[in-house]
Amino acid sequence: MPPPPDAPSAPAARPRVPRFTPAEHRVHQATAALMAVCVLTAGCLYLPFLAELVGRRALMVTVHEWSGILLPVPVLLGPFSRALRADLTRLNRYGPHDRRWLRSALRRRGGRPAGKFNAGQKLYAAWIAGAVLVMLGTGLLMWSTLPQALGLVRAGTPVPLVWRTGATFVHDWLALAVILVIAGHVGKAYGDPESRRGMRTGSVDARWARREHPLWRHEDGERRGNGEGRDAQRHQPRS
Amino acid sequence: MTKDANPAGAADGGGDGRGSPVGRRVVLGMLAAGAAGVAAAPFLQRAYDETLGAAAQKDPTGLSGLLPAGGGFRYYSVTGSVPEKDAGSYRLTVDGLVRHRARYHLDDLRRMPQTRLVRDVQCVTGWRVPGTPFEGVRLSALLDAAGVRPEAKAVRFTCFDGTYSESLTLAQARRDDVLVALRMQDKPLAHAHGGPVRLYVAPMYFYKSAKWLSGITVTDHVAPGYWENLGYDVDAWVGRSNGRDDAPTT
Repeated sequence: MPPPPDAPSAPAARPRVPRFTPAEHRVHQATAALMAVCVLTAGCLYLPFLAELVGRRALMVTVHEWSGILLPVPVLLGPFSRALRADLTRLNRYGPHDRRWLRSALRRRGGRPAGKFNAGQKLYAAWIAGAVLVMLGTGLLMWSTLPQALGLVRAGTPVPLVWRTGATFVHDWLALAVILVIAGHVGKAYGDPESRRGMRTGSVDARWARREHPLWRHEDGERRGNGEGRDAQRHQPRS
Repeated sequence: MTKDANPAGAADGGGDGRGSPVGRRVVLGMLAAGAAGVAAAPFLQRAYDETLGAAAQKDPTGLSGLLPAGGGFRYYSVTGSVPEKDAGSYRLTVDGLVRHRARYHLDDLRRMPQTRLVRDVQCVTGWRVPGTPFEGVRLSALLDAAGVRPEAKAVRFTCFDGTYSESLTLAQARRDDVLVALRMQDKPLAHAHGGPVRLYVAPMYFYKSAKWLSGITVTDHVAPGYWENLGYDVDAWVGRSNGRDDAPTT
Protein backbone atom coordinates (compact mmCIF):
# COMPACT_ATOMS: atom_id res chain seq x y z
CA MET A 1 0.00 0.00 0.00
CA PRO A 2 1.32 3.47 -0.84
CA PRO A 3 1.69 5.90 2.05
CA PRO A 4 -1.37 8.13 2.46
CA PRO A 5 -0.95 11.64 1.07
CA ASP A 6 -1.51 13.32 4.42
CA ALA A 7 1.56 11.66 5.91
CA PRO A 8 3.86 14.71 5.35
CA SER A 9 1.69 16.92 7.53
CA ALA A 10 2.32 14.60 10.46
CA PRO A 11 5.68 13.08 9.73
CA ALA A 12 6.30 11.21 12.97
CA ALA A 13 2.86 9.71 13.14
CA ARG A 14 1.73 6.44 11.67
CA PRO A 15 -1.34 7.20 9.57
CA ARG A 16 -4.59 7.01 11.51
CA VAL A 17 -8.17 6.73 10.35
CA PRO A 18 -11.23 8.10 12.16
CA ARG A 19 -13.40 5.43 13.71
CA PHE A 20 -15.74 7.03 16.25
CA THR A 21 -17.01 10.59 16.72
CA PRO A 22 -16.99 12.31 20.13
CA ALA A 23 -20.78 11.83 20.28
CA GLU A 24 -20.38 8.08 19.86
CA HIS A 25 -17.68 8.08 22.51
CA ARG A 26 -20.00 9.86 24.95
CA VAL A 27 -22.86 7.44 24.23
CA HIS A 28 -20.53 4.52 24.89
CA GLN A 29 -19.21 6.11 28.07
CA ALA A 30 -22.65 6.89 29.47
CA THR A 31 -23.93 3.40 28.66
CA ALA A 32 -20.87 1.78 30.22
CA ALA A 33 -21.19 3.89 33.38
CA LEU A 34 -24.90 3.11 33.79
CA MET A 35 -24.26 -0.57 33.15
CA ALA A 36 -21.48 -0.60 35.75
CA VAL A 37 -23.75 1.01 38.35
CA CYS A 38 -26.48 -1.49 37.49
CA VAL A 39 -24.17 -4.48 37.84
CA LEU A 40 -22.52 -3.23 41.05
CA THR A 41 -25.81 -2.43 42.80
CA ALA A 42 -27.19 -5.77 41.61
CA GLY A 43 -24.22 -7.42 43.29
CA CYS A 44 -24.92 -5.53 46.51
CA LEU A 45 -28.53 -6.70 46.44
CA TYR A 46 -27.83 -10.24 45.41
CA LEU A 47 -24.48 -11.57 46.59
CA PRO A 48 -24.53 -12.34 50.33
CA PHE A 49 -20.95 -11.21 50.97
CA LEU A 50 -21.48 -7.88 49.18
CA ALA A 51 -24.87 -7.41 50.84
CA GLU A 52 -23.28 -7.99 54.25
CA LEU A 53 -20.47 -5.58 53.41
CA VAL A 54 -22.61 -2.75 52.01
CA GLY A 55 -26.10 -3.17 53.46
CA ARG A 56 -28.18 0.02 52.77
CA ARG A 57 -30.74 -2.01 50.95
CA ALA A 58 -33.29 0.72 50.25
CA LEU A 59 -30.64 2.97 48.68
CA MET A 60 -29.20 0.12 46.57
CA VAL A 61 -32.68 -0.75 45.28
CA THR A 62 -33.37 2.86 44.24
CA VAL A 63 -30.00 3.30 42.52
CA HIS A 64 -30.38 -0.05 40.73
CA GLU A 65 -33.87 0.76 39.49
CA TRP A 66 -33.01 4.20 38.16
CA SER A 67 -29.71 3.26 36.55
CA GLY A 68 -31.55 0.40 34.86
CA ILE A 69 -34.35 2.61 33.60
CA LEU A 70 -31.86 5.16 32.27
CA LEU A 71 -29.63 2.53 30.64
CA PRO A 72 -31.20 2.66 27.14
CA VAL A 73 -31.40 6.48 27.11
CA PRO A 74 -27.91 7.27 25.73
CA VAL A 75 -28.40 4.94 22.75
CA LEU A 76 -31.91 6.31 22.19
CA LEU A 77 -30.45 9.83 22.07
CA GLY A 78 -27.66 8.53 19.84
CA PRO A 79 -29.50 8.64 16.51
CA PHE A 80 -29.33 12.43 16.72
CA SER A 81 -25.72 11.75 15.73
CA ARG A 82 -25.40 10.92 12.03
CA ALA A 83 -22.28 8.85 12.66
CA LEU A 84 -23.98 6.69 15.27
CA ARG A 85 -26.98 6.22 12.99
CA ALA A 86 -24.65 4.99 10.25
CA ASP A 87 -22.89 2.66 12.67
CA LEU A 88 -26.21 1.23 13.87
CA THR A 89 -26.99 0.39 10.25
CA ARG A 90 -23.59 -1.27 9.90
CA LEU A 91 -24.24 -3.29 13.08
CA ASN A 92 -27.67 -4.33 11.87
CA ARG A 93 -26.78 -5.56 8.39
CA TYR A 94 -24.95 -8.87 7.89
CA GLY A 95 -23.29 -9.81 4.62
CA PRO A 96 -21.77 -13.13 3.47
CA HIS A 97 -18.42 -12.09 4.96
CA ASP A 98 -20.03 -12.12 8.43
CA ARG A 99 -21.02 -15.74 8.00
CA ARG A 100 -17.45 -16.53 6.99
CA TRP A 101 -16.16 -14.64 10.03
CA LEU A 102 -18.40 -16.58 12.40
CA ARG A 103 -17.50 -19.90 10.80
CA SER A 104 -13.80 -19.14 11.09
CA ALA A 105 -14.21 -17.97 14.68
CA LEU A 106 -16.06 -21.14 15.68
CA ARG A 107 -13.50 -23.36 13.96
CA ARG A 108 -10.65 -21.20 15.19
CA ARG A 109 -9.04 -21.15 11.76
CA GLY A 110 -9.46 -19.46 8.41
CA GLY A 111 -9.72 -15.83 7.40
CA ARG A 112 -11.98 -13.49 9.29
CA PRO A 113 -13.16 -10.80 6.87
CA ALA A 114 -14.90 -7.89 8.55
CA GLY A 115 -16.27 -4.48 7.73
CA LYS A 116 -16.15 -1.67 10.25
CA PHE A 117 -17.50 -4.16 12.79
CA ASN A 118 -16.79 -7.85 12.71
CA ALA A 119 -19.60 -10.36 13.07
CA GLY A 120 -18.75 -10.97 16.72
CA GLN A 121 -19.07 -7.29 17.53
CA LYS A 122 -22.35 -7.13 15.63
CA LEU A 123 -23.76 -10.12 17.49
CA TYR A 124 -22.63 -8.68 20.81
CA ALA A 125 -24.28 -5.33 20.08
CA ALA A 126 -27.60 -6.90 19.08
CA TRP A 127 -27.60 -9.42 21.94
CA ILE A 128 -26.82 -6.89 24.63
CA ALA A 129 -29.39 -4.44 23.23
CA GLY A 130 -32.05 -7.16 23.36
CA ALA A 131 -30.91 -8.29 26.81
CA VAL A 132 -31.08 -4.74 28.20
CA LEU A 133 -34.63 -4.39 26.90
CA VAL A 134 -35.64 -7.71 28.46
CA MET A 135 -33.99 -6.71 31.75
CA LEU A 136 -35.82 -3.39 31.60
CA GLY A 137 -39.18 -5.06 30.92
CA THR A 138 -38.82 -7.73 33.60
CA GLY A 139 -37.42 -5.14 36.01
CA LEU A 140 -40.47 -2.92 35.53
CA LEU A 141 -42.75 -5.92 36.14
CA MET A 142 -40.92 -6.62 39.41
CA TRP A 143 -40.87 -2.95 40.35
CA SER A 144 -44.64 -2.78 40.01
CA THR A 145 -44.92 -4.03 43.60
CA LEU A 146 -43.72 -0.64 44.68
CA PRO A 147 -46.57 1.59 43.45
CA GLN A 148 -48.95 -1.02 44.80
CA ALA A 149 -47.23 -1.16 48.15
CA LEU A 150 -47.24 2.63 48.33
CA GLY A 151 -50.98 2.57 47.85
CA LEU A 152 -50.85 4.30 44.46
CA VAL A 153 -52.55 1.27 42.92
CA ARG A 154 -55.16 -0.90 44.60
CA ALA A 155 -53.83 -4.24 45.78
CA GLY A 156 -54.61 -7.07 43.42
CA THR A 157 -55.21 -4.85 40.39
CA PRO A 158 -51.83 -4.23 38.80
CA VAL A 159 -49.68 -7.16 37.71
CA PRO A 160 -50.66 -10.80 38.21
CA LEU A 161 -48.34 -12.60 40.57
CA VAL A 162 -47.33 -15.25 38.03
CA TRP A 163 -46.04 -12.50 35.77
CA ARG A 164 -44.01 -11.06 38.58
CA THR A 165 -42.42 -14.32 39.66
CA GLY A 166 -41.81 -15.12 35.99
CA ALA A 167 -40.18 -11.75 35.53
CA THR A 168 -37.99 -12.37 38.58
CA PHE A 169 -36.92 -15.72 37.17
CA VAL A 170 -35.92 -14.26 33.78
CA HIS A 171 -34.32 -11.17 35.37
CA ASP A 172 -32.13 -13.33 37.67
CA TRP A 173 -30.89 -15.77 35.04
CA LEU A 174 -30.47 -13.23 32.26
CA ALA A 175 -28.47 -11.06 34.67
CA LEU A 176 -26.01 -13.91 35.03
CA ALA A 177 -25.72 -14.21 31.25
CA VAL A 178 -25.36 -10.44 30.81
CA ILE A 179 -22.50 -10.31 33.30
CA LEU A 180 -20.67 -13.15 31.53
CA VAL A 181 -21.17 -11.53 28.12
CA ILE A 182 -20.02 -8.11 29.35
CA ALA A 183 -16.98 -9.79 30.90
CA GLY A 184 -16.25 -11.18 27.43
CA HIS A 185 -16.70 -7.73 25.86
CA VAL A 186 -14.36 -6.10 28.38
CA GLY A 187 -11.89 -8.98 28.05
CA LYS A 188 -11.77 -8.59 24.25
CA ALA A 189 -11.23 -4.83 24.58
CA TYR A 190 -8.54 -5.42 27.19
CA GLY A 191 -6.75 -7.73 24.77
CA ASP A 192 -6.68 -5.20 21.92
CA PRO A 193 -5.26 -1.80 22.95
CA GLU A 194 -5.76 -0.34 19.47
CA SER A 195 -9.51 -1.00 19.55
CA ARG A 196 -9.66 0.65 22.97
CA ARG A 197 -7.70 3.60 21.60
CA GLY A 198 -10.25 3.80 18.80
CA MET A 199 -13.08 4.26 21.28
CA ARG A 200 -11.10 6.59 23.52
CA THR A 201 -9.48 8.88 20.96
CA GLY A 202 -11.76 8.40 17.97
CA SER A 203 -9.12 7.16 15.56
CA VAL A 204 -7.19 3.97 14.93
CA ASP A 205 -3.95 3.01 13.27
CA ALA A 206 -4.56 2.57 9.54
CA ARG A 207 -2.61 -0.68 9.44
CA TRP A 208 -4.65 -2.05 12.34
CA ALA A 209 -7.81 -1.09 10.48
CA ARG A 210 -6.61 -2.88 7.32
CA ARG A 211 -5.66 -5.99 9.29
CA GLU A 212 -8.72 -6.26 11.57
CA HIS A 213 -11.37 -4.68 9.36
CA PRO A 214 -10.23 -5.19 5.76
CA LEU A 215 -13.68 -4.56 4.25
CA TRP A 216 -14.18 -1.29 6.13
CA ARG A 217 -14.41 1.54 3.59
CA HIS A 218 -13.64 4.30 6.03
CA GLU A 219 -14.29 7.93 5.21
CA ASP A 220 -10.60 8.64 5.06
CA GLY A 221 -10.26 6.63 1.87
CA GLU A 222 -13.27 8.23 0.24
CA ARG A 223 -13.11 11.87 0.98
CA ARG A 224 -9.43 12.41 0.89
CA GLY A 225 -9.92 15.51 -1.28
CA ASN A 226 -12.36 17.62 0.69
CA GLY A 227 -11.98 16.06 4.12
CA GLU A 228 -8.26 16.43 4.50
CA GLY A 229 -8.25 19.45 6.80
CA ARG A 230 -10.60 17.90 9.26
CA ASP A 231 -8.90 14.53 9.11
CA ALA A 232 -5.46 16.05 9.56
CA GLN A 233 -6.69 17.51 12.85
CA ARG A 234 -7.70 14.08 14.00
CA HIS A 235 -4.46 12.55 12.84
CA GLN A 236 -2.27 14.43 15.27
CA PRO A 237 0.21 12.05 16.85
CA ARG A 238 -0.80 10.97 20.30
CA SER A 239 1.69 10.67 23.06
CA MET B 1 -19.21 4.30 0.19
CA THR B 2 -21.25 1.83 -1.81
CA LYS B 3 -20.73 3.60 -5.12
CA ASP B 4 -17.01 2.86 -5.12
CA ALA B 5 -15.79 0.22 -7.44
CA ASN B 6 -14.85 -2.25 -4.80
CA PRO B 7 -13.79 -5.67 -6.01
CA ALA B 8 -13.02 -7.03 -2.55
CA GLY B 9 -16.36 -5.86 -1.20
CA ALA B 10 -18.21 -7.03 -4.26
CA ALA B 11 -16.70 -10.48 -4.00
CA ASP B 12 -17.85 -10.62 -0.39
CA GLY B 13 -21.33 -9.41 -1.14
CA GLY B 14 -21.20 -5.69 -0.62
CA GLY B 15 -19.57 -5.05 2.77
CA ASP B 16 -20.82 -2.62 5.39
CA GLY B 17 -24.39 -1.45 5.74
CA ARG B 18 -25.90 -3.94 3.32
CA GLY B 19 -27.21 -7.46 3.65
CA SER B 20 -29.86 -8.96 5.84
CA PRO B 21 -30.93 -7.18 9.05
CA VAL B 22 -29.76 -9.96 11.34
CA GLY B 23 -29.08 -7.48 14.15
CA ARG B 24 -32.72 -6.49 14.34
CA ARG B 25 -33.72 -10.15 14.30
CA VAL B 26 -31.41 -10.91 17.22
CA VAL B 27 -32.92 -8.03 19.24
CA LEU B 28 -36.47 -9.16 18.47
CA GLY B 29 -35.47 -12.76 19.16
CA MET B 30 -34.18 -11.74 22.60
CA LEU B 31 -37.47 -9.98 23.33
CA ALA B 32 -39.43 -13.04 22.26
CA ALA B 33 -37.20 -15.33 24.32
CA GLY B 34 -37.61 -13.03 27.33
CA ALA B 35 -41.40 -13.09 27.03
CA ALA B 36 -41.35 -16.87 26.57
CA GLY B 37 -39.11 -17.15 29.63
CA VAL B 38 -41.56 -15.16 31.76
CA ALA B 39 -44.39 -17.36 30.57
CA ALA B 40 -42.50 -20.62 31.05
CA ALA B 41 -40.90 -19.60 34.35
CA PRO B 42 -43.11 -21.72 36.63
CA PHE B 43 -42.18 -24.89 34.74
CA LEU B 44 -38.53 -23.96 34.38
CA GLN B 45 -38.32 -23.03 38.06
CA ARG B 46 -39.85 -26.35 39.11
CA ALA B 47 -37.52 -28.30 36.84
CA TYR B 48 -34.57 -26.36 38.25
CA ASP B 49 -35.62 -26.85 41.89
CA GLU B 50 -35.99 -30.59 41.39
CA THR B 51 -32.61 -31.07 39.76
CA LEU B 52 -29.85 -28.49 40.16
CA GLY B 53 -31.56 -26.68 43.04
CA ALA B 54 -31.74 -29.89 45.05
CA ALA B 55 -28.08 -30.57 44.28
CA ALA B 56 -27.16 -27.03 45.33
CA GLN B 57 -28.59 -27.66 48.80
CA LYS B 58 -25.80 -30.19 49.33
CA ASP B 59 -23.08 -28.24 47.52
CA PRO B 60 -20.05 -28.19 49.84
CA THR B 61 -18.28 -25.39 47.91
CA GLY B 62 -21.13 -22.92 48.36
CA LEU B 63 -20.50 -21.70 44.79
CA SER B 64 -24.04 -22.61 43.77
CA GLY B 65 -25.18 -19.94 46.25
CA LEU B 66 -24.15 -17.45 43.55
CA LEU B 67 -26.67 -18.93 41.13
CA PRO B 68 -30.16 -17.43 41.09
CA ALA B 69 -32.36 -19.03 43.74
CA GLY B 70 -29.53 -21.39 44.58
CA GLY B 71 -28.81 -20.58 48.19
CA GLY B 72 -31.98 -20.48 50.27
CA PHE B 73 -31.82 -17.47 52.56
CA ARG B 74 -30.66 -14.11 51.29
CA TYR B 75 -29.05 -11.48 53.44
CA TYR B 76 -30.87 -8.15 53.63
CA SER B 77 -29.66 -5.33 55.83
CA VAL B 78 -30.89 -1.76 55.71
CA THR B 79 -27.81 -0.21 57.31
CA GLY B 80 -24.14 -0.04 56.42
CA SER B 81 -22.74 -2.31 59.10
CA VAL B 82 -24.19 -4.13 62.07
CA PRO B 83 -22.22 -4.62 65.28
CA GLU B 84 -21.70 -8.20 66.44
CA LYS B 85 -23.06 -9.15 69.84
CA ASP B 86 -22.41 -12.28 71.88
CA ALA B 87 -23.56 -13.70 75.20
CA GLY B 88 -21.37 -11.14 76.98
CA SER B 89 -22.57 -8.00 75.20
CA TYR B 90 -26.13 -8.85 74.19
CA ARG B 91 -29.06 -7.29 76.10
CA LEU B 92 -32.79 -7.37 75.41
CA THR B 93 -34.88 -4.71 77.11
CA VAL B 94 -38.64 -4.88 77.69
CA ASP B 95 -40.26 -1.56 78.56
CA GLY B 96 -43.11 0.83 77.71
CA LEU B 97 -46.58 0.19 79.10
CA VAL B 98 -45.52 -2.61 81.45
CA ARG B 99 -45.51 -3.05 85.21
CA HIS B 100 -41.97 -4.43 85.43
CA ARG B 101 -39.34 -3.30 82.98
CA ALA B 102 -36.85 -6.02 82.27
CA ARG B 103 -33.40 -6.54 80.85
CA TYR B 104 -32.41 -9.98 79.64
CA HIS B 105 -28.97 -11.41 79.01
CA LEU B 106 -28.64 -14.13 76.40
CA ASP B 107 -28.30 -16.75 79.15
CA ASP B 108 -31.52 -15.51 80.82
CA LEU B 109 -33.38 -16.14 77.60
CA ARG B 110 -31.75 -19.54 77.16
CA ARG B 111 -32.94 -20.63 80.61
CA MET B 112 -36.58 -19.87 79.81
CA PRO B 113 -38.91 -22.53 78.30
CA GLN B 114 -38.09 -22.95 74.59
CA THR B 115 -40.56 -23.51 71.76
CA ARG B 116 -39.51 -25.08 68.44
CA LEU B 117 -41.51 -24.32 65.29
CA VAL B 118 -40.91 -25.72 61.80
CA ARG B 119 -42.58 -23.62 59.12
CA ASP B 120 -41.79 -22.28 55.66
CA VAL B 121 -40.10 -18.88 55.51
CA GLN B 122 -41.63 -16.58 52.88
CA CYS B 123 -39.98 -13.32 51.86
CA VAL B 124 -42.07 -10.59 50.33
CA THR B 125 -39.54 -10.41 47.46
CA GLY B 126 -40.54 -13.94 46.46
CA TRP B 127 -38.05 -16.43 47.83
CA ARG B 128 -39.30 -19.17 50.12
CA VAL B 129 -37.32 -21.59 52.22
CA PRO B 130 -39.31 -24.69 53.14
CA GLY B 131 -39.47 -26.27 56.59
CA THR B 132 -37.09 -24.09 58.58
CA PRO B 133 -36.85 -24.81 62.33
CA PHE B 134 -36.82 -21.80 64.68
CA GLU B 135 -36.47 -22.16 68.41
CA GLY B 136 -36.77 -19.64 71.24
CA VAL B 137 -38.91 -18.02 73.88
CA ARG B 138 -42.56 -17.25 73.17
CA LEU B 139 -42.97 -13.48 72.98
CA SER B 140 -46.14 -13.86 75.06
CA ALA B 141 -44.04 -15.30 77.90
CA LEU B 142 -41.87 -12.17 77.97
CA LEU B 143 -44.95 -9.94 77.82
CA ASP B 144 -46.61 -11.87 80.66
CA ALA B 145 -43.46 -11.65 82.74
CA ALA B 146 -43.41 -7.88 82.24
CA GLY B 147 -47.10 -7.42 83.04
CA VAL B 148 -48.79 -5.54 80.19
CA ARG B 149 -50.88 -2.56 81.32
CA PRO B 150 -54.56 -2.44 80.27
CA GLU B 151 -54.18 0.59 77.98
CA ALA B 152 -51.57 -1.21 75.83
CA LYS B 153 -52.53 -1.93 72.21
CA ALA B 154 -49.33 -2.84 70.38
CA VAL B 155 -45.70 -3.88 70.64
CA ARG B 156 -42.80 -2.15 68.96
CA PHE B 157 -39.48 -3.85 68.29
CA THR B 158 -36.12 -2.14 67.87
CA CYS B 159 -32.83 -3.58 66.71
CA PHE B 160 -29.19 -3.07 67.53
CA ASP B 161 -28.41 -2.31 63.89
CA GLY B 162 -29.67 1.11 64.98
CA THR B 163 -32.26 1.54 62.21
CA TYR B 164 -34.65 -1.34 61.79
CA SER B 165 -37.93 -1.44 63.66
CA GLU B 166 -41.11 -3.48 63.54
CA SER B 167 -44.54 -3.50 65.17
CA LEU B 168 -47.28 -5.99 65.99
CA THR B 169 -50.67 -5.50 67.56
CA LEU B 170 -50.90 -6.96 71.05
CA ALA B 171 -53.15 -9.75 69.76
CA GLN B 172 -50.62 -10.65 67.05
CA ALA B 173 -47.76 -10.49 69.53
CA ARG B 174 -49.52 -12.93 71.89
CA ARG B 175 -49.91 -15.63 69.21
CA ASP B 176 -48.09 -18.81 70.11
CA ASP B 177 -46.26 -18.86 66.76
CA VAL B 178 -44.43 -15.60 67.52
CA LEU B 179 -41.04 -16.21 69.10
CA VAL B 180 -38.01 -14.37 70.33
CA ALA B 181 -35.79 -16.79 68.47
CA LEU B 182 -32.37 -17.94 69.70
CA ARG B 183 -31.83 -20.83 67.30
CA MET B 184 -32.48 -21.40 63.61
CA GLN B 185 -32.03 -24.63 61.67
CA ASP B 186 -31.12 -26.22 65.04
CA LYS B 187 -28.02 -24.04 65.41
CA PRO B 188 -27.47 -20.86 67.42
CA LEU B 189 -28.62 -17.89 65.32
CA ALA B 190 -25.66 -16.62 63.32
CA HIS B 191 -25.01 -12.89 62.98
CA ALA B 192 -25.92 -12.96 59.28
CA HIS B 193 -29.32 -14.42 60.18
CA GLY B 194 -29.97 -11.74 62.82
CA GLY B 195 -28.22 -13.42 65.76
CA PRO B 196 -27.84 -13.81 68.58
CA VAL B 197 -31.56 -13.01 68.94
CA ARG B 198 -34.21 -12.16 66.37
CA LEU B 199 -37.95 -11.93 66.26
CA TYR B 200 -39.76 -14.77 64.48
CA VAL B 201 -43.32 -14.08 63.32
CA ALA B 202 -44.23 -17.35 61.63
CA PRO B 203 -47.49 -16.38 59.89
CA MET B 204 -46.17 -13.16 58.34
CA TYR B 205 -43.75 -12.13 55.60
CA PHE B 206 -40.21 -12.39 56.80
CA TYR B 207 -39.58 -8.65 57.10
CA LYS B 208 -41.75 -8.80 60.23
CA SER B 209 -39.17 -11.14 61.78
CA ALA B 210 -36.79 -8.35 62.76
CA LYS B 211 -33.14 -9.36 62.96
CA TRP B 212 -30.77 -8.31 65.78
CA LEU B 213 -33.64 -7.72 68.20
CA SER B 214 -32.63 -5.50 71.13
CA GLY B 215 -35.78 -3.79 72.40
CA ILE B 216 -39.42 -4.69 73.03
CA THR B 217 -41.61 -1.68 73.87
CA VAL B 218 -45.29 -2.03 74.70
CA THR B 219 -47.20 0.94 73.23
CA ASP B 220 -50.74 2.25 72.88
CA HIS B 221 -50.68 2.31 69.05
CA VAL B 222 -49.09 0.45 66.14
CA ALA B 223 -46.09 2.43 64.90
CA PRO B 224 -45.18 1.37 61.35
CA GLY B 225 -41.73 -0.25 61.08
CA TYR B 226 -38.87 0.45 58.69
CA TRP B 227 -40.19 -1.22 55.52
CA GLU B 228 -43.75 -0.27 56.41
CA ASN B 229 -42.75 3.39 56.24
CA LEU B 230 -41.51 2.54 52.73
CA GLY B 231 -44.91 1.21 51.73
CA TYR B 232 -45.14 -2.41 52.86
CA ASP B 233 -48.15 -3.69 54.80
CA VAL B 234 -48.16 -3.56 58.62
CA ASP B 235 -50.41 -6.60 58.88
CA ALA B 236 -48.17 -8.72 56.73
CA TRP B 237 -49.96 -12.10 56.71
CA VAL B 238 -48.35 -14.40 54.16
CA GLY B 239 -50.68 -14.71 51.18
CA ARG B 240 -53.08 -11.99 52.34
CA SER B 241 -51.04 -8.79 52.12
CA ASN B 242 -48.63 -6.79 49.96
CA GLY B 243 -50.67 -7.79 46.89
CA ARG B 244 -49.27 -11.33 46.99
CA ASP B 245 -51.02 -14.67 47.09
CA ASP B 246 -48.30 -17.03 48.38
CA ALA B 247 -49.41 -20.15 50.24
CA PRO B 248 -49.75 -19.32 53.97
CA THR B 249 -46.84 -20.43 56.14
CA THR B 250 -48.99 -21.54 59.08
